[in-house]
Amino acid sequence: MKALAARRHHRLAPVVLLLLALLTTGGVYAALAPSTAKAETVSTADIETGKKLFQANCATCHGANAQGTEGVPSLVGVGAAAVDFQVSTGRMPMQMNGPQAEAKPPQFDKEQTAALSAYVASLGAGPAIPTDEQVDPTQGDPSNGMALFRTNCAMCHNAVGAGGALSEGKFAPALWETSERNIYQAMLTGPQSMPVFNDANITPDEKRDIVSFLVEQREGSAGGNALGALGPVSEGLWAFAIGLGLLIGAAVWIGAKSS
Amino acid sequence: MSTATQDTKHEAPAKPTTTVGKAADYLDQRTSIGVAVKEFARKVFPDHWSFMLGEIALFSFVVLIISGFFLTMFFEPSMALERYEGEHPASMHGQLMSVAFASTLDMSFEVRGGLLMRQIHHWSALIFMASIVVHMMRVFFTGAFRKPREINWIVGILLMILGLAAGFTGYSLPDDVLSGNGLRITDGVVKSIPLVGSFMSYMIFGGEFPGHHIVPRLFTLHIFVVPGILLALIALHLFLMVLQKHTQYPGGGRTDKNVVGYPAAPVYVAKMTGNFFMVFGVLVLMGATMSINNVWNYGPFDPSPVSAGAQPDWYMLFLEGSLRLMPGQGTEWVIFGYTLPLNVLIPAVVIPGILFTFLIVYPFLEARVTGDDREHHVLDRPRNKPARTGLGVAFLTAFIILALAGSNDLIATHFALSINAITWVFRVLFFVGPVFAYYVTKRICLGLQRKDRELVLHGHESGRIVRFANGEYIEVHTPLDEQERWLRVNYDAPAPLTIAPKTDARGVKRKGYGADKRWQGLSRFFYEDRVSPVTPAEVAAAHSHGEHDELTGSEHQAVEAGAGTSREH
Repeated sequence: MKALAARRHHRLAPVVLLLLALLTTGGVYAALAPSTAKAETVSTADIETGKKLFQANCATCHGANAQGTEGVPSLVGVGAAAVDFQVSTGRMPMQMNGPQAEAKPPQFDKEQTAALSAYVASLGAGPAIPTDEQVDPTQGDPSNGMALFRTNCAMCHNAVGAGGALSEGKFAPALWETSERNIYQAMLTGPQSMPVFNDANITPDEKRDIVSFLVEQREGSAGGNALGALGPVSEGLWAFAIGLGLLIGAAVWIGAKSS
Repeated sequence: MSTATQDTKHEAPAKPTTTVGKAADYLDQRTSIGVAVKEFARKVFPDHWSFMLGEIALFSFVVLIISGFFLTMFFEPSMALERYEGEHPASMHGQLMSVAFASTLDMSFEVRGGLLMRQIHHWSALIFMASIVVHMMRVFFTGAFRKPREINWIVGILLMILGLAAGFTGYSLPDDVLSGNGLRITDGVVKSIPLVGSFMSYMIFGGEFPGHHIVPRLFTLHIFVVPGILLALIALHLFLMVLQKHTQYPGGGRTDKNVVGYPAAPVYVAKMTGNFFMVFGVLVLMGATMSINNVWNYGPFDPSPVSAGAQPDWYMLFLEGSLRLMPGQGTEWVIFGYTLPLNVLIPAVVIPGILFTFLIVYPFLEARVTGDDREHHVLDRPRNKPARTGLGVAFLTAFIILALAGSNDLIATHFALSINAITWVFRVLFFVGPVFAYYVTKRICLGLQRKDRELVLHGHESGRIVRFANGEYIEVHTPLDEQERWLRVNYDAPAPLTIAPKTDARGVKRKGYGADKRWQGLSRFFYEDRVSPVTPAEVAAAHSHGEHDELTGSEHQAVEAGAGTSREH
């Protein structure tokens, strides 16, 4: 303890303390954070709750019975998967008009989202929320997923899902953070500019392969920092910023002792 | 025998005692290499950090050769198909791919140090081109291309073009989707050339794109033809540099007839060695920590997919941008059944043609409009040639706008902008930007020159305010020392060309008057606006003005004593 006491006035002491505090807070949060709830079965009560939530939060644009209004789509027949995707990624309720609805922290919790999905699903048949097994990346084949992804997805989402631009300010988002379930739902329901890849087009197993490929990409590059996996433009930028920057710095240093 | 007489005249040189000395003496007695070493070691080079930019290019080329040699040990330039049996990366296992692509994966994941070498090689290529461009900027803005170095400037441009060729041929070797997209664009550009295009494309690809020949052909070009010519031209580039002596920055005592600097040995041997290790170290560090061209992200070549964010390496980005900016509608003409695709021809052939032509002809153009055939060994400060500096900045502006246009999708996603709006902004900027950049740069240069004049005539502001007995306030100015003054007054500010009159004494029209008139017009563009250097007479006048008009007798002495400096107004 004596050694510790001797160092308590060291100028790095606050930094060490701060780091310890952050670690403790993070650790406690990780241990106590609410764990994910199990998917519950749909009941009439859920549908009723969902209807109330819908009328309070969604009906302004989508209409009292989800029939849609001018410029806003009807939700009859979109299915639970579409609602779960839009609401759990925070895209709906939409924050403001813009080129496209942006993902943001979700506004509803698990139960509320499930209730909303159940209500919309009750209006007409549509794609259901995929099961955990359907989106399990360990059961997919990343190699087949790569082949499917680059044929169907990479032209908008970039070769490894780093995202890309669409017209007029729209964009295909990066898929690094997207949950396996949301990736699957997006393929199934085709949100916003994205086309629908139904089960005849890409089978459920193939969808899981794609999920598996995307999850594999999150491990990063074998070659070091992936630089955003954006390809030659970011490589060129770093070549100038780091490589040439360091080398010109070195040249100035070596040439410094002169006139 | 003369040796006998010599022996009597001179004392025999001391025998070397160290091992190195003995070895050197052994070699020298048999080859007389000491003469060459003595000559070269004593050669004087001027000193400045910016003279090391070309060295960075040279050393990254050395790293390219060393790492490239390693890569050829494992790369198989074949377009035969095979199924990839390797486990890494999982996304490639079992895929059908060319042997070239499979051997690239193999060298990345199975060969010890293979991925490191690949990445060092690719980063070196990017840094090679980047340092060439920065070196060219130094040469251009300081006027180092002037007589007698025009030929070496052309050699330099050839080196840059060969660098582009080396990069392009190497980039396409792994036979991945991204480089295949690049080859497809090349194919389209070649085919856009009227009449011969299709035949040239068939010749290059050995039939319709992609065929089975392009990878082995590019391999031969990449490891043999292009680096061979590069090496020869680098040798010529350096030989001419040594022969013509290196240019030096302006400064006290430096003229077109001397070289002020240090001897090659030991000063530059040490500095160059240090710089080499810095370059090697930085490139290895980049290769070890930053991934580059992960071809397995794109997968083996297949003509159908193109992924978002498909771009070439940075030095080709201006071509990509040029193609992206060109409107597609209404620019493809069909004449008598022949298609004239101006939407490809203009951005991919005409625009780069104009850019490269500008670089090649500029030294000759400037010499012509300046009416200058003297040798130059002292560099210009960029401000002292406002038109040249302006043109250089305009050129860079056009180049950078094109490169940014080639990245328009990434700009759109990263700055939340509309890609359509970005494209239109760049279309306008491509024409307006360089003109604006030229004007602003030229004005800044003229402003800096006027500031220099002001400094030479009146000295530095010292911040000391002195009040005289009569109530007048003045600020004491510190005169420039000789070195500072030399730097600011020793330059040329050429006037536009003067030409002989239209008619001779008898009123007969002179031949060639029209051409002269046009050259004069161009010369006016360069030199109409100019700030002449301060002459000794002007300095003298400014001094006497300060000393006699405003200060008399005791006042002057008081100021002198107080300021410790002479006063100038």
